[in-house]
Amino acid sequence: MSMKKPIYFDYSATTPVDPRVAEKMCHFLTMEDGLFGNAASRSHQYGWDAETAIEEARRNVALLIGADPREIVWTSGATESDNLAIKGVAQFYKKKGNHIITCKTEHKAVLDTCRHLEREGFEVTYLDPEENGLIDLAKLEAAMRDETILVSLMHVNNEIGVIQDVQAIGELCRGRKILFHVDAAQSCGKVAIDVDAMKIDLLSMSAHKIYGPKGMGALYVRRKPRVRLEAQMHGGGHERGMRSGTLATHQIVGMGEAFRLAREEMASESERLRMLRDRLLNGLSDIEEVYVNGDLERRVPHNLNISFNYVEGESLMMALADLAVSSGSACTSASLEPSYVLRALGRSDELAHSSIRFSIGRFTTEADVDHAIKLCHDKIQKLRDLSPLWDMHKEGIDLSTVQWSAH
Amino acid sequence: MAYSDKVMDHYENPRNVGSFDNDDAGVGTGMVGAPACGDVMRLQIKVSEEGVIEDACFKTYGCGSAIASSSLVTEWVKGKTLDEAAAIKNSDIAEELALPPVKIHCSVLAEDAIKAAITDYKSKH
Repeated sequence: MSMKKPIYFDYSATTPVDPRVAEKMCHFLTMEDGLFGNAASRSHQYGWDAETAIEEARRNVALLIGADPREIVWTSGATESDNLAIKGVAQFYKKKGNHIITCKTEHKAVLDTCRHLEREGFEVTYLDPEENGLIDLAKLEAAMRDETILVSLMHVNNEIGVIQDVQAIGELCRGRKILFHVDAAQSCGKVAIDVDAMKIDLLSMSAHKIYGPKGMGALYVRRKPRVRLEAQMHGGGHERGMRSGTLATHQIVGMGEAFRLAREEMASESERLRMLRDRLLNGLSDIEEVYVNGDLERRVPHNLNISFNYVEGESLMMALADLAVSSGSACTSASLEPSYVLRALGRSDELAHSSIRFSIGRFTTEADVDHAIKLCHDKIQKLRDLSPLWDMHKEGIDLSTVQWSAH
Repeated sequence: MAYSDKVMDHYENPRNVGSFDNDDAGVGTGMVGAPACGDVMRLQIKVSEEGVIEDACFKTYGCGSAIASSSLVTEWVKGKTLDEAAAIKNSDIAEELALPPVKIHCSVLAEDAIKAAITDYKSKH
């Protein structure tokens, strides 16, 4: 094993903090810089300075999504934002209705929150996506009832990178007076967002997916027409009572700077990432029996989720140890469950097990991509030479007709 | 996941990868597992008229521990009688490869593969 660190291809899991962001954050920590204050301290300079920095960050976050700064609530990350949005709305509007609509391919932060609400007596519809990962609007509309109070759908899927038509979904929800929550952890700073044009009522954001710090996020909560929430974190009444807790100045400054940079650089960065992703896809597509998971057109430019048939996922990850990628197979945990997202698209267990998510980003180079292509070619050949399934495929045996001795 | 050196060695340099002709009367083939579960092992043995395993080979679709377990047993069964080979326990395999608890099923599968190959050979005779 080489001591060299693997090449990072897991930007959808998290991103490194941009050095420009880190530099700025460092000024909000020490006595020497004097900017460590508590924004809730109204009686002295330290508090005022912290508040000024936080409000600048709030403006930068709001600008990226076309919101008013007063509509931004700081949280600890997209998971908390999802919890606050969904539980907060459900509990506040429960007299109005008890039905929520979401999708089977949502992040666990949404799915588990909905499961929790089911135990509290709410009814939840989990939509099946189409084979390309997108929601059929007709099916969404058909699922809407008089008691439906909330639709929660993600903008960009974390595993397969497909982009939902949130504008059309927003129209549908507004027409039926149903609140619309969007988990935008994977889309903020990657694709354009305009909460007014898209008729979004609540939007979850994360800092660390876009070169900001971990442990930092925000929730957009619409003011006109006003969306109400039951707070989930009680205390000093910070963030207009929606989320108590002393504001983490340096984290917030980091998120603000990351969002500012994203706004400035999104167009050129997307173009560069698309070229790299297409280079990767072209380089891998001459391998036999490869399948791209999720729609290729309606997709963020930095994601490639691909299955290599007849190769098992964990051994593939081992073979690709020089690359920090993510696998659709959860074999590394105690459970042997393949990705629930790929299963929801109707992918077989085998293809779901053998999927790899490449996600590229700000610091990925052409040389990184070329190295990945060569490594995949070599290692997949090696593993297929070892695979009895590949043998059977080459002999023309249809594996779905084989009687397996499942254990 | 951290693999033991022995698993890594078998994974990097698998022993006895290949196939025997299943129509050969001296060959027994055991295929166990299922693609949906993430592992399929095919273990083949070549048995002498005296009932001694002269040669063995495998192909495995599965994780590193599954590949290592099947590679290891091809080494172990060679030179053994059918009864001796059938006595190989999954715990021996797991111990030799220092498999972590979540990977014990790989050694169970390798034991099943030996037994399946022996059963297949016996069914031909």
